[in-house]
Amino acid sequence: MLEKDLILKEKEVLERVGFVLDEKQRSGSFVLLDEEEMASNYTEGVTFYSMGKAVEEIKGVKEKLWTLVDRDKDQWTRKAASQPPRGYFIHVARGVKVEKPLQACFLIATSRMTQTTHNLIILEDGAELYMINGCATASYVNAGLHIGITEIFVGKGAFLSYTMIHDWASQVEVRPRTGVYVQEGGKFVSNYITIKESKLTQTYPEAIVEKNGAAQFASLVFAPSRSIYDLGARIYLNGEGASGEIISRAISGGGKVYSKGHLIGNAAGIKAHMSCDGLLLNSEGSIIAIPELEANHPEVEMSHEAAVGKIAEEEIEYLMSRGFSPEQARSLIIKGFLDPKILGLPPALEMEVNKTIEMLGEGSL
Amino acid sequence: MLIIENLWVEVEGEQVLKGINLRIRSGETHVLFGPNGAGKSSLFFAIMGFSKYKVLEGRIIFKEKDITHLPLHERARLGLGISFQRPPALRGIKLYQIGKLMGGDEEKIKEYARLLSLEGLLHRDVNLGFSGGEMKRSEIFQLLIQEPDLSLIDEPESGVDVVNIDLIAEAIKMLLQKDRPILERKRSGIIITHTGFILEKVKADRGHLLMDGKILCSGNPEEMFNEIKLKGYKECVRCWKKTLS
Repeated sequence: MLEKDLILKEKEVLERVGFVLDEKQRSGSFVLLDEEEMASNYTEGVTFYSMGKAVEEIKGVKEKLWTLVDRDKDQWTRKAASQPPRGYFIHVARGVKVEKPLQACFLIATSRMTQTTHNLIILEDGAELYMINGCATASYVNAGLHIGITEIFVGKGAFLSYTMIHDWASQVEVRPRTGVYVQEGGKFVSNYITIKESKLTQTYPEAIVEKNGAAQFASLVFAPSRSIYDLGARIYLNGEGASGEIISRAISGGGKVYSKGHLIGNAAGIKAHMSCDGLLLNSEGSIIAIPELEANHPEVEMSHEAAVGKIAEEEIEYLMSRGFSPEQARSLIIKGFLDPKILGLPPALEMEVNKTIEMLGEGSL
Repeated sequence: MLIIENLWVEVEGEQVLKGINLRIRSGETHVLFGPNGAGKSSLFFAIMGFSKYKVLEGRIIFKEKDITHLPLHERARLGLGISFQRPPALRGIKLYQIGKLMGGDEEKIKEYARLLSLEGLLHRDVNLGFSGGEMKRSEIFQLLIQEPDLSLIDEPESGVDVVNIDLIAEAIKMLLQKDRPILERKRSGIIITHTGFILEKVKADRGHLLMDGKILCSGNPEEMFNEIKLKGYKECVRCWKKTLS
């Protein structure tokens, strides 16, 4: 499937969002090209289907859709619900630890089109999966609308690392709608990375976490001029000892970034933390940090910290005293600020993401 | 190597250096003494060219070039280096990465890290959560990679335990080519010290006492330090006044 002409032609675009054509590095691949679904899977214990096929062939899939995201939530969910579901379906069997990541790419190849997707991930108890999602527009496309519905079930003691890298064209509007359910002792980690100009990205994923489970949402964002990133995350910590974390690193190079988060503690022994760090490179842009903590039980430990400012002159001059030019110093500090180390990925994947950020950053950082 | 002529400097409207004259030859190591707030670190920052330090009068000649108004990074590229007393933390920038970007090859980075017992810190963010001693060692490590002709070393021993003082002293000796015969030594250094510990390990050629932005006297560094230890800085002021009259 990866030999398809358009995919080969857009190889660079795909690689910039972490989608590799060398399938040896992955456990399975999925591409949504405009409205055409392509999936290939080469791992036992994993079902990796296009949603079209899954709905037709696997019992119960259809019934699971729209259980974690409300189809009447807003005009975007309603729009997605009016379309046949296109996207991927992943099922990882009980106790299966998938060694190499699965990858998916959502590519808009027709200018001004509306791409709607609906993805469903189910990890049975004790399963483990690393998932990389790349979203991009073909090199000749500059406008479009992407609505992405994703529903994720993390079983007891299961672990899902879900990394999303965006590289949209300048006039693309993006509306992801995500719902996550983490069962007892399960762990869900979401990483969102974007450092390109895109008209508007607005998302507020929600996770429900049961006893001793954990959810983490991390984002690394660089917003150039004419971009708006309105990002948030809500975690309902419903079970005893559940934990939640929201980490946001945002740089405005002239764009607007909203860094929102809402942590809700509903049971004893809950730990939750939110941190927003922002760097403002010029007076054209803005960063708005809005952390919310909601404690509904006396025995919770919840905190947040936010710091927004410009690059410290002291740090630039420190690097200059080592012989770096002011431009080199600034670029080092900016790249350091978007250090993927904070994402907690395994070393190989972290190196990959690091490379991706560098590729994405060529020219824009 | 370095000639400073009648240097007057202000920081945020306050005069911190008031007519400094200093001359350092190739291969020499000098030591700066003086109480807190005397202007020792300010002199370093002014030589290096930090933006807060405004030269009101005088000039700085380095390697026969007037650098008084040269930008900071160009001074560094010309061969000036500084080790900070309190360096800022650089989030997301690894010590190894800095070494690499400064042009250090793999072998040198490893060798210097071993020498300064910094192997465990190479992949950590520079100065982030470093202890006092780790910061000092990481500063000297960076200087070793930079190989400056003139190193400005600010209090290399403060906050450092006894074992690590030896490591730092060894590294400074290497930096300043102390293993070579005097005539073959090309690198120079200025060291600021309060405790004088470093003097026991690194031989210096000349000492200067800085107070209230002025150099009050210069001489044999060990003798000067012993006098200061015995009689304090007050005695220096008395002595200086005597020479004036």
